[in-house]
Amino acid sequence: MIPSDKTLTESGIAPSRTGRILLIACGALAREILDLKAANGWNHLDLTCLPAKYHLWPDKITQAVTETVTKHRADYDDIFIVYADCGTGGLLEARCKELGVQMIAGPHCYSFFEGNDAFAAREEFTAFYLTDFLVRQFDAFVWKPMGLDRHPDLRDMYFGNYEKLVYQAQTDDPALDEKAQDCARRLGLAYERRATGYGDLATALGKLR
Amino acid sequence: MADEDDIILSELDDDELVLQMHDDLYDGLKEEIEEGVRILLDRGWAPYDVLTKALVAGMTIVGADFRDGILFVPEVLLAANAMKAGMAILKPLLAETGAPKVGKMVIGTVKGDIHDIGKNLVGMMMEGAGFEVVDLGINNPVEKYIEALEREDADILGMSALLTTTMPYMKVVIDTMKEKGMREDFIVLVGGAPLNEEFGKAIGADAYCRDAAVAVQTAKDFMSRKHNKLSAG
Repeated sequence: MIPSDKTLTESGIAPSRTGRILLIACGALAREILDLKAANGWNHLDLTCLPAKYHLWPDKITQAVTETVTKHRADYDDIFIVYADCGTGGLLEARCKELGVQMIAGPHCYSFFEGNDAFAAREEFTAFYLTDFLVRQFDAFVWKPMGLDRHPDLRDMYFGNYEKLVYQAQTDDPALDEKAQDCARRLGLAYERRATGYGDLATALGKLR
Repeated sequence: MADEDDIILSELDDDELVLQMHDDLYDGLKEEIEEGVRILLDRGWAPYDVLTKALVAGMTIVGADFRDGILFVPEVLLAANAMKAGMAILKPLLAETGAPKVGKMVIGTVKGDIHDIGKNLVGMMMEGAGFEVVDLGINNPVEKYIEALEREDADILGMSALLTTTMPYMKVVIDTMKEKGMREDFIVLVGGAPLNEEFGKAIGADAYCRDAAVAVQTAKDFMSRKHNKLSAG
């Protein structure tokens, strides 16, 4: 069963202790990882997620990953970290090396969903990205933390240099497309839907044997 | 019409008014800050005193509470907007009255990066602390930094980045300064959410500044060392 977005945001999920390899992931990737596991029969992979709200507080990620690796490493053959750099400024990568665990490549999930090479080639630095999770949780992860619910006049200070909102669609869901368009309108940005599927996430997890 | 509980700024004495302005800045009350600035000027305050005692001191409290996790970005932005409004009144007067100049800073967000909230806060706080600030805006290639440093005869270079993908560009700028033999002529300060002290050291910056208040203090410290060095030499 897929946990609710609220659970994924606030508390994450515990491992089910069913596979040989533990994935330690951001809660914002839980649905996608569980979908991939189910679609590919990757029963050797177990999943635990840290609260997706760390997306807003990247300085918490490295320590939280460290603690989770330490807590579970004796119970699994291997551990794989499903966080990209995610705003840790290289600290997560350095810590993973110290801990002897691998992590998914890329600066953030927007990059690996599109494919790191393709994303870098675009040099698209005036785009604001949303994934399926972030479209569903736009108010909790963008609108409210930025104070736009209380101070809509701050919008242009945050987004004045952006040109468009790119919705990187992992799934084909017209309702999410509509919601993403509304997010773009609220931010005063042009809109583009880009069907990425799971990109490098599928490739990286598929290599874990 | 004012409510019974409303504070009439003009009825407060100077000390009370300054404290009230600190509160108003904290609450991001732009119009009240503008009014407070005008009242103090009308009472004969020097523009520089209004800036430092009312605005900068108030913004320093905001900065400290941001660092301690009491205030968050939206509140800091509102406070910054209020301070900016107050500074808009003071700036022309400061130019006329010849307020002390602590040093000159060229500041900009690096190439490939459009995020400027932190950079703007630093620029504003530096101005408040008496620095002349030349703001290059966003998405700056190395040539633009070099050209501005030479043109402006600046003391300090400030570089900002919000993205893990753009922060390495700071090293490109510093390395180019070294190649041109100009690195030692400038104090280089770097900042931005994904940066840390180790990164600052690794790329050859003089210091990493975790927020605007730290940037101001660091810039002041380096400037006094520079002056001491000059006087000793």
